[in-house]
Amino acid sequence: MRYPGGNLSLVIGGSIVVGVLLFVAFGPLVSGYEVEQMDMRNRLQLPSSAHWLGTDNFGRDLWTRMAVGARVSLAIALSSVAIAVVVGSIVGLISGYFGGWLDLVIMRVVDVFLGFPPIILALAIVAALGPGVVNLSLSLAAVFWTEYARVVRSVTLAQREADYVASAVALGASNARILFREILPNVFGPVIVLATLGLGTAIIAESGLSFLGFGVEPPTPTWGWTLAYGTRYLRVAPWLSTVAGLAIMITVLGFNLFGDGLRDYLDPRGVARRIRRTSRA
Amino acid sequence: MAAYVLRRLTLFVPMLIGIVAVTFGIMQLLPGDPAAVLLGEDASEEAVREMRRALGLDRPWWIRLAAYYADLFRGEMGDSYFQNQPVVDAIAQRLVPTLEVAFVALLVSIILGVALGIAAAVRRGSLVDAACMLFAQLGVSMPVFWFGILLMYLFAIRFDLLPSIGRGPPLVFALGQALAGRPAALGESLMHIAMPALTLGLTNAAVISRLVRSSMLETLGQDFVRTANAKGLRPLRVVLVHALRNALLPVVSVIGLRFGALLGGAVLTESIFGWPGLGQLAVSAISQRDIPLVQGIVLTFALAFAIVNLIVDLLYAVIDPRIRLE
Repeated sequence: MRYPGGNLSLVIGGSIVVGVLLFVAFGPLVSGYEVEQMDMRNRLQLPSSAHWLGTDNFGRDLWTRMAVGARVSLAIALSSVAIAVVVGSIVGLISGYFGGWLDLVIMRVVDVFLGFPPIILALAIVAALGPGVVNLSLSLAAVFWTEYARVVRSVTLAQREADYVASAVALGASNARILFREILPNVFGPVIVLATLGLGTAIIAESGLSFLGFGVEPPTPTWGWTLAYGTRYLRVAPWLSTVAGLAIMITVLGFNLFGDGLRDYLDPRGVARRIRRTSRA
Repeated sequence: MAAYVLRRLTLFVPMLIGIVAVTFGIMQLLPGDPAAVLLGEDASEEAVREMRRALGLDRPWWIRLAAYYADLFRGEMGDSYFQNQPVVDAIAQRLVPTLEVAFVALLVSIILGVALGIAAAVRRGSLVDAACMLFAQLGVSMPVFWFGILLMYLFAIRFDLLPSIGRGPPLVFALGQALAGRPAALGESLMHIAMPALTLGLTNAAVISRLVRSSMLETLGQDFVRTANAKGLRPLRVVLVHALRNALLPVVSVIGLRFGALLGGAVLTESIFGWPGLGQLAVSAISQRDIPLVQGIVLTFALAFAIVNLIVDLLYAVIDPRIRLE
């Protein structure tokens, strides 16, 4: 194992991610407020010792709402990336390993999905499926899976010719065994790096869809929703959207730095970097 | 070159066919009966049935898909349910503003990204480098629309320097006026487009600056740069003429791909700044379940993206002969 201490991105990014997770886990407990606890006498309060991040237009504690909202935002990000990783990896393995017409057809399907501007595709799908955590995750996964399919395919193409695969074939291993036991471990590095960076992209995408009114329905206070909602009070309480915007930015920054650091650590040859360079964020 | 163009075009056609099919498929998933939506809640069953027949919705999906292909082939996209006009006309009115802001944003992001990338690479390890890369990290971590809101708060609400919403005179028209000696329209136009374009270009500028930096660092280490320096050329000339030309190759290749993100971002940016483009139309069409319009807009976005990518690919092959010989 290499010592990761010299990798500043990994350390800073990792610290931010851990901090966010702690906030999400314990934030509501330490604030002393309930998510929906209203207090009309203390509406739109500036951050203070009583309300660490201030209050919204119903006097609800913003700290508590940010922590609870983060659970939903992160759940959507995690599940959309997880679906994309699983689908993309399976498709990429099959495409790269079997090659031929199957590869040709699969890659044309990937091209079609890449042919849509990302937010537009997500927007169309979420409009069709309706709002909600599951549907948002599915619509984002429909945008993200192509990236993993392409990375896994390129790694698989390279590994297919390796000696260890030839010996596995000679030993009579089944295709499934070769794919999942022999080749799959090789794609972990680049896929984990891409997935970490993908989490940041997913959080931003979710906030964008929420902003347009196609996110999770209220009363769930996702970050994107709080940010969008806060813009209505831009003149009287600009910190409302600022708090939400900063939360999103810091978290995404954390995932991005962590992903960059992981890439230097796990994937020094830069498979993920080369693919990422040509992909869409 | 001809062979490369042909190869690229043969990939283009099946992609378009696939894009139409996927768009059509997504629209089939839309909940609710368009006929019922169109007629309102009080409509009788008979009227809804009649409307379904009039809209052609009683036919099986494959026939409707085939009919849609046939329509598109003739340059038609059907009629909007709520706009009282053909989808093609509704889109045509909105396409130019969207392309306008997207191209200005692209321009802004290229200028900003290349400048910051060069500065960071030339002063590697310095404070300038750190600042540029911090900008790049924040730029990709920031939700586009939040940046737009901050700009609006600062320049429109606090200091009242720029108009907060709406579009000025069309940019191309204003440019023509300015060339004819009447610059007032151009000023107006630029005042309106400044915030939307900057908002939309931010993420892109961040991505481009990182790319230019790394590719510039690679190029600066090469023999021909050392030769140019050894010849005694001015450092600025070495960087801007010798190194930059080669460092820009990877940038050209991503611009096409980034254009998709720009078009997507346009949906958000237009909503913030009340920009009368396709993105705004898309949001309202989706809310109204105006299926032919949504279908047409999604397709237009994909088509614009595909065409820009095709152009960039061909351009890239012209700049870098290694590509077309691959």
